[in-house]
Amino acid sequence: MTATNFDIADTRRRARLDTIQRSLNARHARERRFRFMGLAAVVTGLVLVAILFTSILARGLPAFWQATLYLDVYLDPGVIQVDERPVRQAGESPAQFRERELAWLNQLGLVNWNALIDEALKAHLPGEVESRQARDLRALVASGERFALRERVAANPELIGQTINVKMLASANVDVWLKGNIDRNLPDHRQQLSAQTREWADHLEAQGVIRNAFSTALFLNTDSRSSPASAGLAGAFMGSLFMMLIVIALSIPLGVASAIYLEEFAPRNRLTDLIEININNLAAVPSIIFGLLGAAIFIGYLRLPLSAPLVGGLVLTLMTLPTIIIATRAALRSIPPSIRQAALGIGASRVQTVFHHVLPLALPGILTGSILGVAQALGETAPLLLIGMNAFVANVPSSPVDQATALPVQIYLWQGNELRNFFEARTSAAIIVLLGLMLSLNATAIWLRKKFETRW
Amino acid sequence: MTVSVTVPTAMNKRTAQAANVKMSARGVKVFYGENEALHGIDLDIMEHEVVAFIGPSGCGKSTFLRCLNRMNDTIAGSRVEGQVTLDGNDIYDPSLDVVLLRAQVGIVFQKPNPFPKSIYENIAYGPRLHGLARRRAELDDIVESSLRRAGLWDEVKDRLDQPGTSLSGGQQQRLCIARTIAVSPEVILMDEPCSALDPIATGKIEQLIDELSESYTIVMVTHNMQQAARVAHKTAFFHLGDLVEVGDTDDIFTNPREQRTHDYITGRFG
Repeated sequence: MTATNFDIADTRRRARLDTIQRSLNARHARERRFRFMGLAAVVTGLVLVAILFTSILARGLPAFWQATLYLDVYLDPGVIQVDERPVRQAGESPAQFRERELAWLNQLGLVNWNALIDEALKAHLPGEVESRQARDLRALVASGERFALRERVAANPELIGQTINVKMLASANVDVWLKGNIDRNLPDHRQQLSAQTREWADHLEAQGVIRNAFSTALFLNTDSRSSPASAGLAGAFMGSLFMMLIVIALSIPLGVASAIYLEEFAPRNRLTDLIEININNLAAVPSIIFGLLGAAIFIGYLRLPLSAPLVGGLVLTLMTLPTIIIATRAALRSIPPSIRQAALGIGASRVQTVFHHVLPLALPGILTGSILGVAQALGETAPLLLIGMNAFVANVPSSPVDQATALPVQIYLWQGNELRNFFEARTSAAIIVLLGLMLSLNATAIWLRKKFETRW
Repeated sequence: MTVSVTVPTAMNKRTAQAANVKMSARGVKVFYGENEALHGIDLDIMEHEVVAFIGPSGCGKSTFLRCLNRMNDTIAGSRVEGQVTLDGNDIYDPSLDVVLLRAQVGIVFQKPNPFPKSIYENIAYGPRLHGLARRRAELDDIVESSLRRAGLWDEVKDRLDQPGTSLSGGQQQRLCIARTIAVSPEVILMDEPCSALDPIATGKIEQLIDELSESYTIVMVTHNMQQAARVAHKTAFFHLGDLVEVGDTDDIFTNPREQRTHDYITGRFG
C-alpha cells in the first residue's frame, strides 16, 4: 500500500469517526435533556406532595389539641333539686320502673346546669360578674358540656353536694381566639366573641384554668352542630369501618373468584370477551354513577335504609369489584405458563394447578390490588352523597343498618361548615386521620407482598 | 449416497427387545385455529424404545410430542384429529381422564421449570397428588429413589429443603426429570430437554436417558442431530407438518430413503 493510499484511507476513517462523534454529541445531549426532564418531574412531584403534607399537617395538627377548661364545679343541692334516684321495688314491672327512671332523668334535664358552670367560672374571674354578662360567660364553654356534666351526675347521683373536678372543652370561638386563628386587631363588630368574653378567655388562660389539652373529643364524639367544639369523628369512623368490613367481605372473595374463573377456566368466546370489556369499562365509570345505581336499586327497589353503611358498603363493593378483578387477573397472568405446564404435565387437574401453584404465586399481587381497591373505597365520597350518607348523624352507629356518615363525607361536611376558622383546622385533622388510615392500609399491602413474595 | 457428517456411534444402544407397541398414532392432524400444523401423522412407538424427533424449527415435532399426553389441550384454539392410543386405548376418548393419562405419560419441557418450592416438594408433589405414598417414610423413599435415578441425589441430598430454583440449569432439568419419574409414568416425553444446557449437563442428561430407557419408553424432540444419533434407537424426521421418514437411527443417519431427510441431516437446510 502506498503512502498516499494510506493517507486517503486514514482521512476517510477520521471523517467517519468525526461524523459519528458529532451525532454522538447530539445523542448524549438528548439523553441528558431527557434525564433532566425526568428528574425535574420527580422533584416537582415531590415538592408538591411535600407542600400538600406540610400545609395539611400545619393546619391539622394544632386541632388535635383544644382549649380546655379545668374547673372545680360545686354540685349545689340547691340548684340540683331532684328526688332520690329511683330504685326498682319488689313487684314492680320493668316498664313501671323505666317510667319512674325516665321521670327522674327528666328532672335532671330541667336542672340549670349552666348556673353551676357559671359559678365555677366566676371563682376564677376578677371582680363581680353581673347578670347581664351571663351571655358573655356562657360563650366561654362549649354548649355541649352541660350535658356531659348532667350525664356524670345521672350516672353517679351521690356526687350531688360535692365539688368535683371537671375538664370541659372551651367553646370553639374561644379556641379560635386563644390559638390566634382570628385577627386579634379586628374591631369588635367583626369579632365572634364579645370584648368581655375575649378578656375573660385571656385571663383564664393566664390563670391556667384554660389549657391546651389533647382533644379526645375529636376521636370519641360524633359530629355536633350546636356545640362545634365537641364535634368528633367517632360516628364517621364507625360508619367507614362498617362499610370497609362489608367491602372486604364481599368484594375480595367475589372479585378474586371471578378473576380466577375468567382467567383460568372460562372459555374464550364472544360472551367472555363482552364480560371482559364490561369489567374494564366499569373500572372507568365515575364513582358517582355507582351512587345513583345504589340509590335506585338498594334504596329505591330493595327498600334498604337511607344513610346506612350497609348500602354504602354495597355501593363501594360494586365500585371496587372491577379494580380487584383487573388486579387479580393481571397477577394471575404474570405467573409464567411454564409453572402451569409443569403441574399439568405431572397430572394435576386444572383446579389443582391453579390452587396449588398459580394462586400462591399470584397472592402478593392479588393482595396488593385488593388492598389498594379497598383503600380507594375508604376515600370515596361522591357515591355516598347520593345514598344519604351526608346526613347529619349525631349517634355512633352500632350496626350497619343504622344511620351513619363516613370519614371522607365528614371531611366534606366540615369543609362546608360556616364556622370557618374553627373547622378549617378540624377538617385538616380529619384529613390527617383519613390519610393515616390510608397509609396503614398501604403499608399492610406492602408488608403482605413482601411476606408472600416467592423468590424465583 | 454417503453422508458427509460423521455420525457418532450410539452408546449402549440396545435393539428394542420387545416388539410391543406402546403408543400409536394414526392420521393425527393438529389445527391451531384455521392453521393446520400437522397433516396426518402415522407412527408407532415401541415399549422401552428411545425415539427422537428431529426436523427444522416449526416442523411440528413438538406439536406432535404434546399430542401424546394431550398437553395441546391447554393451548387455546387448538384441535386434534385422528387417533392416538396408549396400550391400545384411545387417549382422546372423551371418557378418558386426562389426569390419569398424564400420570402415565409424563413430560419434561425445554426450559427447566421447577416449582418455586423446595427440592423435596418438587419431587413429592406428584406422588402426593396421586396418593402414591401413604406415609411420610414412603414419600421420602420415592423422593430419594427418583433423585437417585435422575442422578441428582448426591448433589442435593444435604439441601432438600432449599428451593429447586436455586440449582444450576442442568441440575434443574434433572430435577424436572426426577419429578416426572416420581409418579412412575410408562412413557416420558422430552421436549428439547438439553437445549438450554451446556455440553457437560447435556452429557449427563443423555446418559440419564440411556439409563431410563431400561424402564421407560422415551420420546424426545431434539434440534441436535448428534444427540439423536447418540441416544435414540429410532429417529423420526419431521418437515413442514409431515412425518417424512422414520426408522432405526443408524439407517436414518447413514442411509436415508428420502431426499429431504438427506438434505436436512447433511445440513443443506434447517
